[in-house]
Amino acid sequence: MKKFMFVNRKAPYGTIYALESLEVVLITATFDQDVSLVFVDDGVYELVKGQDTKGTGIKNHSKTYRALDGYDVEKLYVERESLESRGLTEADLLVDVEVLSSAEMADLMAEQDVVLSF
Amino acid sequence: MKFALMVSEGPYTHQAADTAWNFANAAIAKGHEVMRVFFYHDGVYNATRLTEPPQDDRHIVNRWSALKEQHNVDLVVCVAAALRRGIKDEVLAPGFRISGLGQLVDAGIKCDRTVTFGD
Repeated sequence: MKKFMFVNRKAPYGTIYALESLEVVLITATFDQDVSLVFVDDGVYELVKGQDTKGTGIKNHSKTYRALDGYDVEKLYVERESLESRGLTEADLLVDVEVLSSAEMADLMAEQDVVLSF
Repeated sequence: MKFALMVSEGPYTHQAADTAWNFANAAIAKGHEVMRVFFYHDGVYNATRLTEPPQDDRHIVNRWSALKEQHNVDLVVCVAAALRRGIKDEVLAPGFRISGLGQLVDAGIKCDRTVTFGD
Protein backbone atom coordinates (compact mmCIF):
# COMPACT_ATOMS: atom_id res chain seq x y z
CA MET A 1 0.00 0.00 0.00
CA LYS A 2 1.25 3.45 -0.91
CA LYS A 3 0.43 6.83 0.57
CA PHE A 4 -1.37 9.00 -1.99
CA MET A 5 -1.93 12.66 -1.22
CA PHE A 6 -4.13 14.93 -3.29
CA VAL A 7 -3.32 18.60 -2.91
CA ASN A 8 -6.22 20.88 -3.79
CA ARG A 9 -5.11 24.43 -4.39
CA LYS A 10 -7.79 25.98 -6.56
CA ALA A 11 -11.26 27.45 -6.01
CA PRO A 12 -14.12 24.98 -6.64
CA TYR A 13 -15.43 26.75 -9.73
CA GLY A 14 -13.81 28.91 -12.38
CA THR A 15 -11.58 26.04 -13.49
CA ILE A 16 -12.18 22.29 -13.66
CA TYR A 17 -9.25 21.27 -11.44
CA ALA A 18 -11.28 20.75 -8.26
CA LEU A 19 -13.88 18.56 -9.96
CA GLU A 20 -11.33 16.44 -11.82
CA SER A 21 -9.29 16.08 -8.63
CA LEU A 22 -12.35 14.61 -6.92
CA GLU A 23 -12.70 12.12 -9.77
CA VAL A 24 -9.14 10.87 -9.21
CA VAL A 25 -9.69 10.64 -5.47
CA LEU A 26 -12.77 8.45 -5.90
CA ILE A 27 -10.92 6.11 -8.25
CA THR A 28 -7.86 5.92 -5.99
CA ALA A 29 -10.10 4.96 -3.08
CA THR A 30 -11.10 1.80 -4.98
CA PHE A 31 -7.42 0.74 -5.19
CA ASP A 32 -7.14 0.14 -1.46
CA GLN A 33 -4.41 2.74 -0.96
CA ASP A 34 -3.77 5.16 1.91
CA VAL A 35 -5.50 8.31 0.61
CA SER A 36 -5.38 11.79 2.08
CA LEU A 37 -6.63 15.14 0.83
CA VAL A 38 -5.08 18.49 1.51
CA PHE A 39 -6.71 21.87 0.98
CA VAL A 40 -4.44 24.89 0.71
CA ASP A 41 -4.57 28.35 -0.86
CA ASP A 42 -7.90 28.91 -2.67
CA GLY A 43 -8.47 25.15 -2.38
CA VAL A 44 -9.98 25.78 1.07
CA TYR A 45 -13.00 27.32 -0.70
CA GLU A 46 -13.81 23.83 -2.05
CA LEU A 47 -15.01 22.87 1.45
CA VAL A 48 -17.02 25.97 2.31
CA LYS A 49 -20.65 25.36 3.31
CA GLY A 50 -23.60 26.66 1.37
CA GLN A 51 -22.22 26.52 -2.16
CA ASP A 52 -24.91 27.45 -4.68
CA THR A 53 -24.11 27.21 -8.38
CA LYS A 54 -27.66 27.56 -9.73
CA GLY A 55 -27.01 30.90 -11.38
CA THR A 56 -23.96 29.62 -13.25
CA GLY A 57 -25.23 26.40 -14.85
CA ILE A 58 -22.22 24.57 -13.39
CA LYS A 59 -22.74 21.39 -11.35
CA ASN A 60 -22.35 21.81 -7.59
CA HIS A 61 -19.91 19.04 -6.67
CA SER A 62 -19.44 20.06 -3.03
CA LYS A 63 -21.79 17.33 -1.76
CA THR A 64 -19.25 14.75 -2.92
CA TYR A 65 -16.88 15.78 -0.11
CA ARG A 66 -19.49 14.66 2.42
CA ALA A 67 -19.71 11.28 0.69
CA LEU A 68 -15.96 10.63 0.90
CA ASP A 69 -16.12 8.72 4.17
CA GLY A 70 -18.32 6.20 2.36
CA TYR A 71 -15.24 5.49 0.22
CA ASP A 72 -13.05 5.20 3.34
CA VAL A 73 -11.42 8.52 2.53
CA GLU A 74 -11.31 10.10 5.95
CA LYS A 75 -8.06 12.03 6.08
CA LEU A 76 -8.82 15.62 5.15
CA TYR A 77 -6.31 18.30 6.09
CA VAL A 78 -6.72 22.05 5.77
CA GLU A 79 -3.92 24.56 6.12
CA ARG A 80 -4.54 27.03 8.93
CA GLU A 81 -2.80 29.95 7.20
CA SER A 82 -4.93 29.52 4.08
CA LEU A 83 -8.13 29.58 6.17
CA GLU A 84 -7.10 32.57 8.24
CA SER A 85 -5.96 34.69 5.34
CA ARG A 86 -9.40 34.20 3.75
CA GLY A 87 -11.36 35.04 6.92
CA LEU A 88 -12.57 31.44 7.30
CA THR A 89 -12.73 29.11 10.28
CA GLU A 90 -13.32 25.39 10.67
CA ALA A 91 -17.00 26.19 11.39
CA ASP A 92 -17.40 27.41 7.79
CA LEU A 93 -16.52 24.00 6.36
CA LEU A 94 -18.96 21.29 5.30
CA VAL A 95 -16.93 18.29 6.50
CA ASP A 96 -14.80 17.42 9.51
CA VAL A 97 -11.16 18.21 8.83
CA GLU A 98 -7.90 18.42 10.66
CA VAL A 99 -6.42 21.91 10.59
CA LEU A 100 -2.64 21.94 10.34
CA SER A 101 -0.04 24.68 10.23
CA SER A 102 1.98 25.15 7.09
CA ALA A 103 4.99 23.52 8.79
CA GLU A 104 2.94 20.51 9.92
CA MET A 105 1.57 20.20 6.39
CA ALA A 106 5.11 20.12 5.01
CA ASP A 107 6.00 17.26 7.37
CA LEU A 108 2.91 15.33 6.28
CA MET A 109 3.77 15.82 2.60
CA ALA A 110 7.28 14.55 3.18
CA GLU A 111 5.83 11.23 4.41
CA GLN A 112 3.89 10.57 1.19
CA ASP A 113 4.79 8.24 -1.67
CA VAL A 114 2.72 9.98 -4.34
CA VAL A 115 1.62 13.63 -4.23
CA LEU A 116 -0.74 14.77 -6.97
CA SER A 117 -1.40 18.47 -7.09
CA PHE A 118 -4.53 20.05 -8.56
CA MET B 1 14.49 4.50 -11.35
CA LYS B 2 11.01 4.07 -12.74
CA PHE B 3 9.01 7.23 -13.45
CA ALA B 4 5.36 8.07 -14.07
CA LEU B 5 4.47 11.50 -15.45
CA MET B 6 1.19 13.37 -15.45
CA VAL B 7 0.58 16.18 -17.94
CA SER B 8 -2.35 18.38 -17.02
CA GLU B 9 -2.26 21.25 -19.50
CA GLY B 10 -2.83 21.53 -23.23
CA PRO B 11 0.02 21.77 -25.76
CA TYR B 12 1.29 25.16 -27.01
CA THR B 13 -0.92 27.10 -24.55
CA HIS B 14 1.21 25.93 -21.65
CA GLN B 15 4.79 24.76 -21.27
CA ALA B 16 3.82 21.66 -19.25
CA ALA B 17 3.85 19.39 -22.30
CA ASP B 18 7.30 20.63 -23.39
CA THR B 19 8.80 20.30 -19.92
CA ALA B 20 7.34 16.83 -19.44
CA TRP B 21 8.67 15.67 -22.81
CA ASN B 22 12.12 17.07 -22.06
CA PHE B 23 12.05 15.45 -18.63
CA ALA B 24 11.12 12.08 -20.13
CA ASN B 25 13.96 12.24 -22.64
CA ALA B 26 16.49 13.34 -20.03
CA ALA B 27 15.43 10.52 -17.70
CA ILE B 28 15.69 7.92 -20.46
CA ALA B 29 19.09 9.28 -21.53
CA LYS B 30 20.30 8.76 -17.95
CA GLY B 31 19.20 5.13 -18.05
CA HIS B 32 15.92 5.50 -16.15
CA GLU B 33 12.60 4.07 -17.25
CA VAL B 34 9.55 6.20 -18.01
CA MET B 35 6.76 3.70 -17.65
CA ARG B 36 3.79 5.91 -18.44
CA VAL B 37 2.73 9.45 -19.28
CA PHE B 38 -0.82 10.12 -18.16
CA PHE B 39 -2.69 12.98 -19.84
CA TYR B 40 -5.35 14.65 -17.70
CA HIS B 41 -7.39 17.87 -17.68
CA ASP B 42 -6.61 19.84 -20.88
CA GLY B 43 -3.52 17.63 -21.19
CA VAL B 44 -5.73 15.29 -23.25
CA TYR B 45 -5.31 17.70 -26.17
CA ASN B 46 -1.72 16.45 -26.47
CA ALA B 47 -3.17 13.32 -28.06
CA THR B 48 -5.10 14.56 -31.09
CA ARG B 49 -3.71 13.76 -34.53
CA LEU B 50 -5.64 16.74 -35.94
CA THR B 51 -2.93 18.98 -34.48
CA GLU B 52 -1.15 20.98 -37.19
CA PRO B 53 1.31 23.55 -35.88
CA PRO B 54 3.10 25.96 -38.24
CA GLN B 55 6.03 24.26 -39.97
CA ASP B 56 8.68 26.26 -38.13
CA ASP B 57 7.38 25.13 -34.75
CA ARG B 58 7.86 21.90 -32.82
CA HIS B 59 5.18 19.22 -33.31
CA ILE B 60 4.28 18.35 -29.74
CA VAL B 61 1.89 15.51 -30.62
CA ASN B 62 4.30 13.78 -33.00
CA ARG B 63 7.06 14.08 -30.41
CA TRP B 64 4.94 12.07 -27.96
CA SER B 65 4.21 9.46 -30.62
CA ALA B 66 7.94 9.12 -31.27
CA LEU B 67 8.59 8.63 -27.55
CA LYS B 68 6.25 5.66 -27.60
CA GLU B 69 7.76 4.35 -30.85
CA GLN B 70 11.39 4.66 -29.70
CA HIS B 71 11.20 3.95 -25.99
CA ASN B 72 7.86 2.19 -25.55
CA VAL B 73 6.53 4.79 -23.13
CA ASP B 74 2.86 4.09 -22.41
CA LEU B 75 0.86 7.19 -23.44
CA VAL B 76 -2.50 7.10 -21.66
CA VAL B 77 -5.28 9.64 -22.11
CA CYS B 78 -7.89 9.83 -19.34
CA VAL B 79 -11.23 8.73 -20.76
CA ALA B 80 -13.42 10.99 -18.61
CA ALA B 81 -11.32 14.08 -19.33
CA ALA B 82 -11.06 13.15 -23.03
CA LEU B 83 -14.76 12.58 -23.70
CA ARG B 84 -15.59 15.91 -22.05
CA ARG B 85 -13.28 17.62 -24.51
CA GLY B 86 -14.11 15.74 -27.72
CA ILE B 87 -11.04 13.51 -27.75
CA LYS B 88 -12.01 10.03 -28.93
CA ASP B 89 -10.29 7.00 -30.46
CA GLU B 90 -10.92 8.30 -33.98
CA VAL B 91 -8.75 11.39 -33.42
CA LEU B 92 -5.94 9.76 -31.44
CA ALA B 93 -2.40 10.14 -32.78
CA PRO B 94 -0.28 6.96 -33.07
CA GLY B 95 0.96 5.51 -29.80
CA PHE B 96 -1.73 6.99 -27.56
CA ARG B 97 -4.48 4.99 -25.91
CA ILE B 98 -7.57 6.05 -24.00
CA SER B 99 -8.12 4.46 -20.61
CA GLY B 100 -9.35 5.16 -17.11
CA LEU B 101 -8.01 7.13 -14.17
CA GLY B 102 -7.03 3.81 -12.67
CA GLN B 103 -4.02 3.90 -15.01
CA LEU B 104 -2.74 6.96 -13.14
CA VAL B 105 -3.16 5.25 -9.78
CA ASP B 106 -1.58 2.06 -11.14
CA ALA B 107 1.43 4.07 -12.34
CA GLY B 108 1.71 5.75 -8.94
CA ILE B 109 1.75 2.34 -7.26
CA LYS B 110 4.29 0.77 -9.62
CA CYS B 111 6.72 3.67 -10.14
CA ASP B 112 9.38 5.01 -7.81
CA ARG B 113 8.45 8.61 -8.60
CA THR B 114 5.33 10.28 -9.97
CA VAL B 115 6.01 13.72 -11.40
CA THR B 116 3.24 16.14 -12.36
CA PHE B 117 3.51 18.87 -14.98
CA GLY B 118 0.97 21.68 -15.01
CA ASP B 119 -0.27 24.69 -13.05
